Amino acid sequence: MAQVSGIADEQTSTPLSSSNTILLRISRFNPEHDDSSQFMEFTVPYERWTTVLEAILDVKKHFDHSVAVRYSCRQATCGSCGMMINGKPRLACFTKISELNSNVVTVEPMNNFPIIRDLAVKFERLFDTHQKIKPYLIRDDSELVSDEREFLQSPEEVEQYIQFANCIKCGLCNSACPTMATDSSFVGPQALAQAYRYVADSRDKGKDSRLKIIDDSHGIWRCHFAGSCSQVCPKGVDPAMGIQLLRGYLLGFRS
Amino acid sequence: MRESTIMKIHYGTALAAVALVAVHILMRLTQGFAESLEYESVLANYKFIPYAAMLELILILLAVHGFNGLRVILLELKQGRSYEKAVSYGCLAAMIALIAYGSRTIIMTNMGMV
Amino acid sequence: MTQDEHKEGIKGMVNPGRYGIERVAYWLMRLSGLGLLAYFIGHIYETSNILRGQVGWTEFLELTQTTEGHAILAIVIAMCVFHTVNGIRVMLGHGGIGVGKPARPDYPYDPASQNYRHKIGIYSAIVLAAVAMMYGLAVMFGE
Repeated sequence: MAQVSGIADEQTSTPLSSSNTILLRISRFNPEHDDSSQFMEFTVPYERWTTVLEAILDVKKHFDHSVAVRYSCRQATCGSCGMMINGKPRLACFTKISELNSNVVTVEPMNNFPIIRDLAVKFERLFDTHQKIKPYLIRDDSELVSDEREFLQSPEEVEQYIQFANCIKCGLCNSACPTMATDSSFVGPQALAQAYRYVADSRDKGKDSRLKIIDDSHGIWRCHFAGSCSQVCPKGVDPAMGIQLLRGYLLGFRS
Repeated sequence: MRESTIMKIHYGTALAAVALVAVHILMRLTQGFAESLEYESVLANYKFIPYAAMLELILILLAVHGFNGLRVILLELKQGRSYEKAVSYGCLAAMIALIAYGSRTIIMTNMGMV
Repeated sequence: MTQDEHKEGIKGMVNPGRYGIERVAYWLMRLSGLGLLAYFIGHIYETSNILRGQVGWTEFLELTQTTEGHAILAIVIAMCVFHTVNGIRVMLGHGGIGVGKPARPDYPYDPASQNYRHKIGIYSAIVLAAVAMMYGLAVMFGE
């Protein structure tokens, strides 16, 4: 059996011959031994199609492998690489450097999420609030008998919630929300939009129990329709719309 | 009280206050701004029972709406069981105190105790 | 930086620059609400001077009938009009009115809830507040 004598040279994802370069400023912070964050600066080559995530991975490959970043799918599906890019929450894999129209790209961890290290943040609170609103179909007939068919829905019924089912739980909406900026107990736009997603589903019978959960002093009423959540959503979920439609049930505009 | 009930009161007081404050401001403008603020004119306003009743209603509506708005802002700024309790009861107390103080002016002036 | 939560804090909450006119309206709504509450408390105290009789009332009125007093009142008028008009817009939005209908989103995912109706509502609130303030100034300084 032939033995591998050495590790093959890695291919760079971005051609180093590119004439365009940007200054990539990466926020570095380790809660275990740092008091405050510091920026490290790297000059990175890019092409028209280079994403911010690719630039960060180039930095990891060629300059500093210790930069902490969470990513997986690289195609805006897994919701892992949310971060502040030039002051706004965006997905790094879905943001092209050329779209930013700036020679300096500053990346920081998402606001309103505890930092694990550098650009990686904790998602526990988002998942807790998501779970709190019961993100599953609630029915009286919890067990299906074997000869029963699946629940049928008309295309119109699907339209009522399918937009909100696109949520990838990336947390950008929670990061942009002005209430989340100061309120640690607020349910948040992600969970509220998901509450609407299930309430609007014709197969679901859990409307009352969900409305009871969100009708709290840190529930739906702490949303003031600033709409920042919808402006940063990378999947077109429009949480602000879902939240207002959901509130319509509590105000008696919808039944 | 459920938060939805509180917020329905918040919206209701806002709408009612808009209508009544509009009447209150129109009264100043139709009488002439400076003239309407003269002592005799103000006293006559207070002694006219329907107007005094409207002032009392505006006082209650705006105090409820304003202090609930303040409660909402303060609840969003900081969290914690004792802090939130203090904010809620503090705003309620301030609301009652302001209504009592304003009502004293309206009632005493209306009854000629000036 | 708070290590625990990394919340953006009040600075982030009030920063109106990054998220368009809707975030500006949110911030102005808060600011005008607090301003109006402060004025309301002051107004209740001001009017209580009627109980001090004609001399007391006139004395206190003279304190407010100054250029500064009129300028403050003009700002109050602007805050009142903005808070009212934008408040009605927000209330309609809260009821799910004018926020669009759910539909399959298409790239570039312009949010339907941030539509022109609400933008017009916000700009109208700002323009009406400015007009009312100018009218108020004309009434107060015209006499």
